[in-house]
Amino acid sequence: MAEVTLRQVTKNYDETPAVRGIDLDIADKEFVVLVGPSGCGKSTTLRMIAGLEDVTAGDILVGGTVVNDVPPKDRDIAMVFQNYALYPHMTVFENMSFGLRLKKVAKSEIRARVENAARILDISALLERKPKQLSGGQRQRVAMGRAIVRNPKVFLFDEPLSNLDAKLRVQMRIEIKRVHQKVRTTTIYVTHDQVEAMTLADRVVVMNDGLIEQVGAPNDLYHTPKTKFVAGFIGSPAMNFVPCKLEERAGGVHVRLDENIAFPVPSGREPRYRPHLHRSDLLFGLRPEHILERRSQLEPNLHAFESVLEVTEPMGMETLVYFLVNGREVCGRVNPKAGAQAGAPMKLVADLNNMHLIDDASGQVL
Amino acid sequence: MTASAHASEPAFRPTRPASMRRDRRRVLFWSYVFLIIFVIFFLTPPIYMLITSLKTSAEISAATNPWWVFAPTLQNYVELLTSPVYLTFFRNSAVVSVVVVIISILVSIPAAFSLSRMRFWGSTTLATGVFLTYLIPDTLLFIPMFKIFAYLHEVTGIEFINHWWVLIIIYPTLTIPFCTWIMIGYFSSIPKELDEAALMDGAGYLQTLTKIFIPVALPGIIAATIFAFTVSWAQFLYPLAFTTSADQLVLPVGIVTTLIKGDVFNWGQIMTGALLGAAPPLIIYAFLMDYYIAGLTAGATKG
Amino acid sequence: MMKKFLRRKSTIAFAMALPLLIIIASLVIYPAFYSMYLATLNKSMEHFVGLDNFVFLFKRETFWMVVKQSVIFAVSAVFFKALIGFFVAHFVHNVPSRGQRKWRGMLLVPWVIPPAMSTLAWLWLFDPSYSAFNWIFENIGLDGVNWLGNPYWARFAVILVNVWVGAPFFLIMYLAALKSVPEQLYEAASIDGASWWQKLWFITLPMMRNIIAITALFSLIVTFANFDIVRVLTNGGPVDQTHVFATWAFQLGIASSDIPLGACVSLFMLPILGFAAIFILRDITQRGNEA
Repeated sequence: MAEVTLRQVTKNYDETPAVRGIDLDIADKEFVVLVGPSGCGKSTTLRMIAGLEDVTAGDILVGGTVVNDVPPKDRDIAMVFQNYALYPHMTVFENMSFGLRLKKVAKSEIRARVENAARILDISALLERKPKQLSGGQRQRVAMGRAIVRNPKVFLFDEPLSNLDAKLRVQMRIEIKRVHQKVRTTTIYVTHDQVEAMTLADRVVVMNDGLIEQVGAPNDLYHTPKTKFVAGFIGSPAMNFVPCKLEERAGGVHVRLDENIAFPVPSGREPRYRPHLHRSDLLFGLRPEHILERRSQLEPNLHAFESVLEVTEPMGMETLVYFLVNGREVCGRVNPKAGAQAGAPMKLVADLNNMHLIDDASGQVL
Repeated sequence: MTASAHASEPAFRPTRPASMRRDRRRVLFWSYVFLIIFVIFFLTPPIYMLITSLKTSAEISAATNPWWVFAPTLQNYVELLTSPVYLTFFRNSAVVSVVVVIISILVSIPAAFSLSRMRFWGSTTLATGVFLTYLIPDTLLFIPMFKIFAYLHEVTGIEFINHWWVLIIIYPTLTIPFCTWIMIGYFSSIPKELDEAALMDGAGYLQTLTKIFIPVALPGIIAATIFAFTVSWAQFLYPLAFTTSADQLVLPVGIVTTLIKGDVFNWGQIMTGALLGAAPPLIIYAFLMDYYIAGLTAGATKG
Repeated sequence: MMKKFLRRKSTIAFAMALPLLIIIASLVIYPAFYSMYLATLNKSMEHFVGLDNFVFLFKRETFWMVVKQSVIFAVSAVFFKALIGFFVAHFVHNVPSRGQRKWRGMLLVPWVIPPAMSTLAWLWLFDPSYSAFNWIFENIGLDGVNWLGNPYWARFAVILVNVWVGAPFFLIMYLAALKSVPEQLYEAASIDGASWWQKLWFITLPMMRNIIAITALFSLIVTFANFDIVRVLTNGGPVDQTHVFATWAFQLGIASSDIPLGACVSLFMLPILGFAAIFILRDITQRGNEA
């Protein structure tokens, strides 16, 4: 069984903390993505699991055994590096078989395993080439092949797609998912790109400044973020945040954004928000995909308003519109045929079913 | 899940010192041990030179502990630094080295620029050829040069042999090929866009060289200068072959030949002389170590 | 018409390279060929005697001793310089980078001191009566060594000093090469299960193969043609046993004023130099094509 457990894992470089005591349980065969901005500790965590960094405090368990003092080669893991780390003087076959050759595995078995991995990754034709003769995508596959051949308990990926161009990245993403479905090995994947996280992961671990902000399935993180950081990190373009106040009015609790815009809170949420009526540090959060052009029918919890558009970005399948509310720039996604024009006012609608109210002081979503 | 889901587990155990960290510390320990051993090996002769230079002749012949100075004296230094013979050596060396450095730089920079930047027919062959001539050692050339100088003496009446300035003619053959090679390396690393930007701004080739390349390649120029100086200063074979009278000698030859008079070796003075002779390159090295090393790694082959 | 020619890029380029070419042609290439001509003259340089000088040398026992000594000297010196340079480079590389500079600084000193000067120090250290090394030996109960009087010790001494002077060069070159191997390769190898010496064998050495070959080749050429150290330390003695081509050529050509014979001796260095130069040339062009 190849589950991975982190218990209060801490890493300090001299006096600087990089990872501050995180706990994580990864189930067997699960694809988990560690995502977060640069410096959040995700790569450090991965490297500690790999054994390339010492653990300052806490325990790392692979398959139920504590592996803190176990050298990388005995942890039964394989790693795909950002820069591929292929041995330049060896052929693809030799690169993939290096680990097995060191273990003195029989030649026939080596050949069988390498050819099997090459078939899965569609690189069988490249086995006799050297890395410098390969393209970026091919090198990445060889790096993955090297990992597959070892038949490890856990795959570790350290930002493997960062060095590829955008188009190739999309292709390789699908490749990786396909391979995971075929090989069904526990995978821990590190990236700073939340799109990769959302598309690849069974569960996403959002990290920030050495701590885990939230762990959950991609949809859960999207719909129910627990902190402002997660809310703003997941989803592109990012969620809009506008300072607001809560008011008690005739219909119940209202959110006021500025002199012109105020709307009632969706009914189910009144009890949740009422205790915060008199706070001054609240943020209203709404994703751009929930700010749309106004259509004729008004459903409940859709608040209609009008704003002068500052900038429009036609994306083809939609148009991004930017306008100001309470001094903050807000983004909306409208139908490209809705007639959005920079400088002109536009009738928009906000889908409050998907709104979030955030305590700016603590960063918690209320 | 973030929050610890195992309430029944004890609080986290403090980690034992990782065996990997212990391994790394062991490697570091032994690295230091061997480094110290080799430093002792490499620094013993110069330190011994210093120790001996502070001894009187009496102390040396008394054969007490050679590794310690019991009655330190600066007598040797005073004697040498006030000796007109020694000072002549120093002066000859200094003049020759400085002039040779200037010549080397003046010749190698334009040559490097042209060979690396301006593609003309045969430029790559020439560049490799220049480098290969560096491999023809002075030990092969000194004999024919001796004859050539003798012959020129007959033809022109100018005495080449036994004059220190003949070295100024010869030394550049040792310094220029390699200085050119260093400069070619540095010039090649300057992106072509800089040329093109200068061209757009209206600069001719000479201006591009002086206003753009030389400032940008300054580290390389410094490295080449240091190299040329060190080689000139340390030269032993050519001056030994071509100069014989005491007033024409340069420092390395002077110390070896004149301070060793017959069977009586005044080691205190010899070591002092040697140390003072090694001083200029050492001082340059102390201050400009990084340039020194940069010149080396450009492909140097001394030793 | 003439003006245009002068202003053409290739003309300017050639003109800039001209001083270099003139110096090389007149002071290196011409003398090299001239020395071949000189070797075919008789001692007073009046008659052409063809290959007589060469034949004369072949018959002399000293000549073969010089050949043997030159080869032993060059090969063993280069071997030890490379070995020491390689190992010490690893030790320096292991030290945290902040501290590396001062170690490097101390270890490079032998290379900085003019060889003639440092050889004097070694001469003093090996002095028959006052050797500081013998003083230590005698104090711990061993016999002193006749460093420069005994032919075998003299050869050892000459090689030792050459290694002392030249190892720092290898150290610097190998250190630079070591640093250029990406750290991630070692990490991947760790995960693949390589021990420290497997990493050395499968990763470090192959990646450094080029630089190892080229520095060794260069050093072979330079060491083979070495003059300073042997001249100052032993002047070829005892009884011509430590002579290398350069010092013997000097002895015959300048000290004994037999220029053609001296030229002849020094020419024997050419085959080795040519041989090594071919390899270097091949390596340079190979690397140029790979880049």
